[in-house]
Amino acid sequence: MDGGYHIVVCGSIVPDPLQTLAPVEGPTGPSLKNEMMLPAVLDPWAGHALYEAAHLAKNMPGSKVWLVSLGPKQKLQQLMMSIAQKVSFELVVLDGPAGGFTDPCEVASVLAGGIETIQGLDRSRLLLFGGCASASRDAGVTMQMVGEQLGITDQFLGVDELVVQPDGTLKILERSEGGQYQVSVCAAAPALLAWATGNLPEPPNNPQIGMANMRTVMPALQKALPAKVGAEGVSFLSVELPKQRRETRIVRDMPPDEIAREIVDWIKG
Amino acid sequence: MEKILCIAHTQPDGNLPSVALEALGAAVRLVQQLDGATLSVGLIGQNVKPAAESVATCGATRFLSVAGAEFEVSRYASDAAAVEAIARSAEATIVIAPATLRFSRSLPGVVQRLKGRIETHVTGMDAADGKLSIQRWYYRQRMMATLTRMQRPWFLLLDGGVFPAWQGEPGTTTLENLAVELGENLLRTKVIGIQAPSTNARTIRPNADVLFVAGAGWTKKQADGELHLNEAGERILGFLANCNSSLGSSKSLVDQSVEGVPVLPFMSHLNQVGQTGSTPRHPKGLATCCHGEEPHAVGWRFINERRAINTDASCGWAQGKADVLYVADAFQVMAKVNELLAG
Ligand SMILES: Cc1cc2nc3c(=O)[nH]c(=O)nc-3n(C[C@H](O)[C@H](O)[C@H](O)COP(=O)(O)OP(=O)(O)OC[C@H]3O[C@@H](n4cnc5c(N)ncnc54)[C@H](O)[C@@H]3O)c2cc1C
Repeated sequence: MDGGYHIVVCGSIVPDPLQTLAPVEGPTGPSLKNEMMLPAVLDPWAGHALYEAAHLAKNMPGSKVWLVSLGPKQKLQQLMMSIAQKVSFELVVLDGPAGGFTDPCEVASVLAGGIETIQGLDRSRLLLFGGCASASRDAGVTMQMVGEQLGITDQFLGVDELVVQPDGTLKILERSEGGQYQVSVCAAAPALLAWATGNLPEPPNNPQIGMANMRTVMPALQKALPAKVGAEGVSFLSVELPKQRRETRIVRDMPPDEIAREIVDWIKG
Repeated sequence: MEKILCIAHTQPDGNLPSVALEALGAAVRLVQQLDGATLSVGLIGQNVKPAAESVATCGATRFLSVAGAEFEVSRYASDAAAVEAIARSAEATIVIAPATLRFSRSLPGVVQRLKGRIETHVTGMDAADGKLSIQRWYYRQRMMATLTRMQRPWFLLLDGGVFPAWQGEPGTTTLENLAVELGENLLRTKVIGIQAPSTNARTIRPNADVLFVAGAGWTKKQADGELHLNEAGERILGFLANCNSSLGSSKSLVDQSVEGVPVLPFMSHLNQVGQTGSTPRHPKGLATCCHGEEPHAVGWRFINERRAINTDASCGWAQGKADVLYVADAFQVMAKVNELLAG
């Protein structure tokens, strides 16, 4: 495409998966124990979307990447210390909760509103990227709702590959049932791609990119407007950790042949 | 009074996928539990008559359809238009659908158009006290919530393998076919087809009895100080062939690649289970050479019986996550397992 793409990536923070998570009941519904204290990471699938966006932008001159994040701004600021060193983007901050118990519909309308305020965004060149699901709510619906609000009717979910073909069409591989891919070709932007893992490794830190990004990141954090999101109309009757803890039988000093027999009996049993 | 709509799309052979019958089973039970509730069935596909007849006796008062060649394919724009037309015609207050790629992709947009709400990955439904509540997991299978909501229409995408499938006699029925026009702007995407990932033949088998999970230990230096990648591949593929099991992987293993080529070439990210992978459902699972860290173990939430082989007795599996942990060398054990299964 002449002039490249305008790629908007929606992505925010989730608690580091290595942390122990416990639900607590609050005045406005459930949340995580010590939620603001938990170390956070970029939501993994949104992260893949961001790396794919940066890669595409690099290969398509004239392209530009925005990262639109809804989350508590002090936590987003911490996240930027690492993410802003990896790839070039312009940040748009929507200062509000990033927890899993908010309603995706409310989140989507805040994100769509945030995208609509981006100065200079050419919607005819728009590729809307995001993760196929968050590691917090894990609903897998937010991006489609954002896309719908922006009038995008070419949408793809669980994308692992995007190829811009010589004729400018977009060839897209989506994860389908049974470990297979559905292959589709979309005529052109605008389109929405909700990414799965993609094909790219996490880019290494690059202090030069970090310095360049920080020029826009800090003002974006400063001018972030508060965003109200909750889960109106939802009543959580309970939120519980799974109770089941298994009594693990630890088998030591059993010869491999005997273990193998036990495993085969178990499989056949 | 709730107007319940169960929607399904046909698969390429014209039949309904088993997950659609599970969704129908759940919808039929819900109608029985909710006083005065009615059921409609909505079908999408090339020709949905055989599918409609196969579920004709489910008790639905209306059978709605959107049919034609453009509705056979899995594409957001056409699927969203079809579901929207059916949901509007049925005046549905609750829409129940199986979590196929087609519906996972298209339903959220329809919800937006109808100003409704949606819950996905639904793993339980109850209306015992006359009010519908559902169960779903949060934080990728870390915690389970039971919730209800006021807004309608309420769309529910049900996970596969959870609800008993509807069973009943086929019959005849009157199909109300809804005409849905697809303008050029809704046909900008062409579906080319289905493709297996370049790295593997079919190693992911959702209906297998056993999930075999390989971890990064298979590609680490072993007691002799050497790598044994060929043996690792043989043991893993040998077990898959002998047992017809499905293949899962830890993140660390599929992340390993040399210049983009996986260390074990039959593995791809599609095999990954866990926090950023899949959460498959199988009766049994055998973990080999993986450490059992929490982001990995969440991928095992729906595996009923779990055993693990690890040389390290203090690995994560020992912390109450597996039923049995064999402290042993997986190379040796799996060689013998394959021998016994083949013999
Ligand atoms: C944001 C984020 C998301 C993540 N998502 C996921 C996810 O979705 N899925 C996932 O799996 N992980 C995930 N992880 C990573 C996870 O925390 C672990 O790092 C990873 O699962 C470890 O992989 P592993 O057990 O294969 O490898 P290792 O930790 O390297 O363990 C290898 C194991 O093999 C054993 N071993 C070696 N040789 C043998 C032998 N001959 N016989 C028997 N045992 C042997 C060793 O004792 C060791 O326990 C995530 C992490 C983060 C930060």
